[in-house]
Amino acid sequence: MVHQEPGQPAILYIDCHLVHEVTSAQAFEGLRLAGRKVRRPNLTYATADHNVPTWDRSLPITDALAKLQIDTLGKNCEEFEIPLFGLDSPDQGIVHVIGPELGITQPGKTLVCGDSHTSTHGAFGTLAFGVGTSEVEHVLATQCLLQSKPSSLQIQVQGQLPPGVTAKDVILYIIRTIGTDGGTGCVIEYTGDTIGRFTMEERMTVCNMSIEAGARAGMIAPDETTYAYMEGRSYAPQGKEFQDAVDYWRTLPSDPDASFDRTVEVEVSSLAPQVSWGTNPGMVTDVTGTVPDPESFADETSRRAARSALEYMGLQPGLPITEIKLDRVFIGSCTNARIEDLRAAAQVIQGRKVSSSLQAMVVPGSQRVKRQAEKEGLDRIFTEAGFDWRESGCSMCLGMNPDILSPGQHCASTSNRNFEGRQGRGGRTHLVSPAMAAVAAIEGHFTDIRQWSNN
Amino acid sequence: MEPFVKIKGLVATLDRVNVDTDQIIPKQFLKRIEKTGYGQFLFYDWRLNEDGSPKPDFELNAPQFKGASILLTRDNFGCGSSREHAPWALLDYGFRSILAPSFADIFYNNCFKNGMLPVRLPQDQISELFEWVGANSGAQLTVDLESQTLSGDSMEYPFEVDPFRRDCLLKGLNDIDLTLKYEEQIREYESKFA
Repeated sequence: MVHQEPGQPAILYIDCHLVHEVTSAQAFEGLRLAGRKVRRPNLTYATADHNVPTWDRSLPITDALAKLQIDTLGKNCEEFEIPLFGLDSPDQGIVHVIGPELGITQPGKTLVCGDSHTSTHGAFGTLAFGVGTSEVEHVLATQCLLQSKPSSLQIQVQGQLPPGVTAKDVILYIIRTIGTDGGTGCVIEYTGDTIGRFTMEERMTVCNMSIEAGARAGMIAPDETTYAYMEGRSYAPQGKEFQDAVDYWRTLPSDPDASFDRTVEVEVSSLAPQVSWGTNPGMVTDVTGTVPDPESFADETSRRAARSALEYMGLQPGLPITEIKLDRVFIGSCTNARIEDLRAAAQVIQGRKVSSSLQAMVVPGSQRVKRQAEKEGLDRIFTEAGFDWRESGCSMCLGMNPDILSPGQHCASTSNRNFEGRQGRGGRTHLVSPAMAAVAAIEGHFTDIRQWSNN
Repeated sequence: MEPFVKIKGLVATLDRVNVDTDQIIPKQFLKRIEKTGYGQFLFYDWRLNEDGSPKPDFELNAPQFKGASILLTRDNFGCGSSREHAPWALLDYGFRSILAPSFADIFYNNCFKNGMLPVRLPQDQISELFEWVGANSGAQLTVDLESQTLSGDSMEYPFEVDPFRRDCLLKGLNDIDLTLKYEEQIREYESKFA
């Protein structure tokens, strides 16, 4: 913390600022109009991810507006001397995938990005906030952010997950439990033995969706898993400096007797795979469940929201989740497009074919993830099964590029938001884990991975 | 930034919970590199048919809400993406103040950076306001940030805004200018830690 006046928010120093093409152009323009510079270009990193096409990179970008936005990012990075992982970079990818994999994201740092899924980086014990464009400009100009103290919410996750049930199911279940505004005004700390056993990539999936519960940030205390992940990453400290960093990181976890404003306990040892049926990430149920009856909700506001969601989704109350027919499968996004996600999906797909009733695509989270997957032969498993194998980007998570659903199509998606129109106007998104998306691609409808893997 | 002191205006209602920023401004309109001109895209998929004609059953298309500057809505307004295009679109469409029981954090914060006042009111007061607007076509309210009160024909509700945010909005202050007053402290911090 740089400074705090009584009765005012703290001036928090930002150790790392990630920038992408969609929320930065107006911020750079603001700097220019005010005659300001970027205070610390060496603490700022940029990539193009949101609206980039995922087809062959040698082809031109046909969307003139998207091209202008991507070109504008390039020009701004040049003018303000900011390192850019652009479309031609071997390190390009979704901002929340490349930050951690390059070792830019580090425990104990403060990090911001003009994107709500910045909560992802909390998996390292990084205090990471998503901010709007005005605050992007504020951080570019001052390397600081004004923040009032949030409340603290501990989510204690306990139990050994059943085979086939994943970190994605855990976070969907948490949002289903506490609601899409259950974390408003809070920083969540995820604790408990389940979280302790998670890999860094699983922890990122959990922290990524903290924002879907309304939280300002989500964090997990760094531990041996974190240090092992950090070691040798391009932008992480090296050699003796790495040891010093680990010594510092060991001081970061909350005290064992730390008190939180609120604690929620979640037991996951009998958790079923989760599938969203509605139009927000709290509208989720077990794969063994049915589409709920809006009349079963407690108050009129929720009943109306559920009725409206079912109307949009084209679903009838009582329909078994496994009978929802799918038109598309999307494996990608900052939630689930890392190498472990692709491995989990490929393991299910191996030697099988995508159902003739649907189209399926895999969009790796970054060029590094893509290269690693190709090295392991995962791309062939996907393409031989009938999946499209694409270049890295945000793609159909938010459909700013040409990858979108047609009206009425149902999509099993490993992304983070099932809002109306998110993946394309009239498109119907169902949020699931990579393994559940993979089995759905083969069967053409949702299928309980726990039963299926026993076959 | 344009200051916000007090406004009197027509109230429009949007009786839905969890209105997310993807609805407020769909992603296909985020490719522009300007801050202005987003009002035409506000609630695009809800407000307009594919051919661009207005959907008659969407609330904000009701003739009595034309020219409204205050939006009355429900819980968790502005959830989802951090896109500041959401307040830009609301502002450009004509809204200066939004009344709801709760707002998503990033959206709430973004409003203050753009001279727009989000007002949190208790659930029962929001419901009373919905009834009142429903029964009184052309209903107007006064939102007074100076006195932190919301008033109509026969009602007056107090509300609270963080004093720092209130001060910035009343004076139309820019955060960056404020933070740069602490240049010395920032430099001192940098010499020690960064």
